[in-house]
Amino acid sequence: MAEPVVEFRDVTVAYRVPDRRIPTLKEWVVRRLTSRIRWHERRALDHVSFRLEGGSALGVIGANGAGKSTLLRVAGGILPPTGGQALVRGRLAPIIELGTGFELELSGRENVFFSGALLGRSRAEMAARFAEIVDFSGLAESIEAPLRTYSTGMVARLAFAVATAVDANILLLDEVLAVGDEAFRRKCQERISSFRDRGVTILFVSHDLDAVRSMCDRAIWLDRGVLRASGDTGEVVARYLEFSASVGACPEPEPAIDGGLPPEPARPVETGPAP
Amino acid sequence: MAELRELLAFSHLLANMVRRDLTVRYKRSVIGFFWTMLSPLILMVILTIVFSTIFRFEGIQHYETYFLSEFLVWGFFSQTTVTTMVNLTLHGNLLKRVKVPKAIFAVATTASGLVNLALACLPLLAIMLVVRAPISPAMLFLPVSFIIIAMFTLGVALGLSALAVYFDDVSQMYQVGSIGWMYLTPIIYPESIVPDRYLWLIRLNPLTTLFELSRYPIYRGQLPPAEVLAVSLAVAAATLLAGWLVFHRLARGFYVHL
Repeated sequence: MAEPVVEFRDVTVAYRVPDRRIPTLKEWVVRRLTSRIRWHERRALDHVSFRLEGGSALGVIGANGAGKSTLLRVAGGILPPTGGQALVRGRLAPIIELGTGFELELSGRENVFFSGALLGRSRAEMAARFAEIVDFSGLAESIEAPLRTYSTGMVARLAFAVATAVDANILLLDEVLAVGDEAFRRKCQERISSFRDRGVTILFVSHDLDAVRSMCDRAIWLDRGVLRASGDTGEVVARYLEFSASVGACPEPEPAIDGGLPPEPARPVETGPAP
Repeated sequence: MAELRELLAFSHLLANMVRRDLTVRYKRSVIGFFWTMLSPLILMVILTIVFSTIFRFEGIQHYETYFLSEFLVWGFFSQTTVTTMVNLTLHGNLLKRVKVPKAIFAVATTASGLVNLALACLPLLAIMLVVRAPISPAMLFLPVSFIIIAMFTLGVALGLSALAVYFDDVSQMYQVGSIGWMYLTPIIYPESIVPDRYLWLIRLNPLTTLFELSRYPIYRGQLPPAEVLAVSLAVAAATLLAGWLVFHRLARGFYVHL
């Protein structure tokens, strides 16, 4: 248990963005010709460090734009950090989000296989798990119908069933409990608990503080890319709530990161056209 | 190179994406496969009637074959480039969630386009039989032609789609620009009607030579001459490389823009 399964050491993810978003190529050309584009650096994660021991569950909380999803993507190896190190030891499942690559025109069955392929699983692997997926989603009767005939709840059920049909010892969960009715959410939580019973390590991003409290033994709180607190879930959640209350009922979301061409990763602030 | 290997490792996903494209395109239509043949057939018949009875170019025998031999590959080129842009900008946020090669959208769209192009040869053959145009064994060369054209197409699709992720107006500008590009290529008209002072424009257009790869086997019943083949291959390879490099460079910023 002593060996951390996930370890972040001073992980920083920085972007170079122009001071004002440049939406069109025309505007970019005009601005390159007439004025200097001012760039500045924005940090989605700013020297974040934490350790996660095998078999434990860590909740990641914070306002919109705090860097929670960025953190998962760094852990999942999709986004290389621009500074620091992110170490992951073990078999990592892809980030689990609902409905990755679902196609409305395809049937439920076809979507199971397509989504599986996107998540890097072979056809044989999906075929072996197909019955289990259908059973968990409770969609045996409509699995051959195109997805556009499904209700939102049905899609969510299928998505969760596909996403969690994995053999891995580290799971990255991004807002997977955000949809579905109460009964299905309970079923999802049970499945996640069963992963924990098998010693799977879980990194869980959610806005649902109750879910974080019930599933995670430790939590970290991110605020605009900075780690504000880490430790016992109850304490961290309490501090986060206290902070949110002090700045207003709803913590102000960071404006979305977007910008022009080309965002050099992690360059110090600089102005003027590229050399 | 590493990326190419990565792409190969994802051939299973690629196959799935192509299968998805084709299923979505063909499966939901009422008469299935025949419908998919019917719609290009109807389009070809309409265009044939328009261009061989209304806008007539003198001195071209079997005008319908002349025109279709290049119009088919133009359709492939324009459809593939536009669809890749749409796919990447619309579904590109997938790249933020799963670890797949970023070029997979362009490659999958081009592969689906190639399948559609091959299928479109069936109605073409039907029309050629009806109008008694000669069908030459040189048409067996078409797979090679199509692959060279697909290399060029993939290069353009990669470059444009990467740019379209950054700027909203790229796809609109391209849709207008591509109409101009089509008329700058001797697809529906013979090169001989172009006034001499504009001829350089037509010659400079890479599609002019590239599409000859399709016209020679289908219309002229001959293999493309060596120089056409050499120029096309060089242009296609250079475009693919350039597109790949542009894509690779711009892909670093996709995370911020998608």
